[in-house]
Amino acid sequence: MTKQHANWSPYDNNGGSCVAIAGADYCVIAADTRMSTGYNILTRDYSKISQLTDKSVMASSGFQADVKALQKVLSARHLIYQHQHNKQMSCPAMAQLLSNTLYYKRFFPYYAFNVLGGLDNEGKGCVFTYDAVGSYERVGYSAQGSGSTLIMPFLDNQLKSPSPLLLPAKDAVTPLSETEAVDLVKTVFASATERDIYTGDKLEIVILNASGIRREYMDLRRD
Amino acid sequence: MSSSLDLPPKGGFSFDLCRRNAMLESKGLKAPTFLKTGTTIVGLVFQDGVILGADTRATEGPIVADKNCEKIHYMAPNIYCCGAGTAADTEAVTDMVSSQLQLHRYHTGRESRVVTALTLLKKHLFNYQGHVSAALVLGGVDVTGPHLHTIYPHGSTDTLPFATMGSGSLAAMSVFESKYKESLSRDEGIQLVVEAISAGIFNDLGSGSNVDVCVITKGHKDYLRNHLLPNPRTYVNPKGFTFPKKTEVLLTKITPLKEVEVVEGDAMEIA
Repeated sequence: MTKQHANWSPYDNNGGSCVAIAGADYCVIAADTRMSTGYNILTRDYSKISQLTDKSVMASSGFQADVKALQKVLSARHLIYQHQHNKQMSCPAMAQLLSNTLYYKRFFPYYAFNVLGGLDNEGKGCVFTYDAVGSYERVGYSAQGSGSTLIMPFLDNQLKSPSPLLLPAKDAVTPLSETEAVDLVKTVFASATERDIYTGDKLEIVILNASGIRREYMDLRRD
Repeated sequence: MSSSLDLPPKGGFSFDLCRRNAMLESKGLKAPTFLKTGTTIVGLVFQDGVILGADTRATEGPIVADKNCEKIHYMAPNIYCCGAGTAADTEAVTDMVSSQLQLHRYHTGRESRVVTALTLLKKHLFNYQGHVSAALVLGGVDVTGPHLHTIYPHGSTDTLPFATMGSGSLAAMSVFESKYKESLSRDEGIQLVVEAISAGIFNDLGSGSNVDVCVITKGHKDYLRNHLLPNPRTYVNPKGFTFPKKTEVLLTKITPLKEVEVVEGDAMEIA
């Protein structure tokens, strides 16, 4: 007598890909804007990027209902922090908060694949990459989501030096300039769109540096 | 151990491993995915004949395996067939019936009829009880006039003035149901087919890339491969990328082997 399994799942996957690259004095965070379910497109214009503080930006793919809930929890916790400490959270502090928030729901996880990008206390770019239950690591670059398996090997190939592949672990930032990093992100998404059906429509790029925050958009294939 | 009579394999499918596969799947092993064509395929009857249309994306789960595959298959000089479902199945079944039609043409000395192709296909698919996963839109013009049929994997068929199949069939059918009318001209017909396939390409994630069209009239056919290319690559880095010429050497360590002691063992036995 085999155990009866649920024919209803609380989760759904809305697809999409996210990427973040850390530079010496900037950080680039990008995600596509397609939201889908099964073989259907729900909308071509949904932002997966959320600005948590002045210096940290999170991009999340996966189940967008859980992502939205997670964003709300984080911004509420950040507001409390600001009231108690009279300052904004630093990016490494937000990274730890995100990890704890995810692990809090270890036995009914947020179906969210996150990548957190920003500037650390010294003004250098930092990227933190997460799994669904909060395991995280500071890296020089990362990709998450449906296109991550297509994107990550190319980033490894081009940004070799800041990756964990080289021992001993170097300074986790890429020597690329800001424009080169943005170019790389555009190419990588154009390529992922060709081969991943869940990635496409439009690319949203957020660039964080000492002068503030900047947003760029690029059209992707809509098929 | 030998059986008294070794029968030659009868051909077709062997279901011997089904029980073992079911057991493995229950233990958690994921079955390998087939290359499906995702797909939007359409056909319509117009004033002078039939027009078939198809997209060109082949998927393997969420990955695009082929960005520009051909889904409109040749059956006879006056008959073409669009295929959706498992790519190997549509390829194999259309090739097989195409050969059968050629032999039939030699035998009868006449041009093939669409109903002949229809009967051969549906017989084969019914015989395999739906295991040959091919959903087809068959169209052509013969001595009895223009014909358009849909054939389902289990072997049922429909005869229709306009038809769509595949994962993008609903998107394409919405266009046909809104805009189809009888006695369309050639240009109107092509325009409508292109619109229907485009609806599938942009609204269905299993379909994409380009539009193929095939116009069949009495005594003439136009295979318009890549009639429309509405999806160019959006960004090409003008500077290009450099790739390391060889694998990076991270560490070199040479350990000289010490004196190797050879111990005589037992002589090898060969029974």
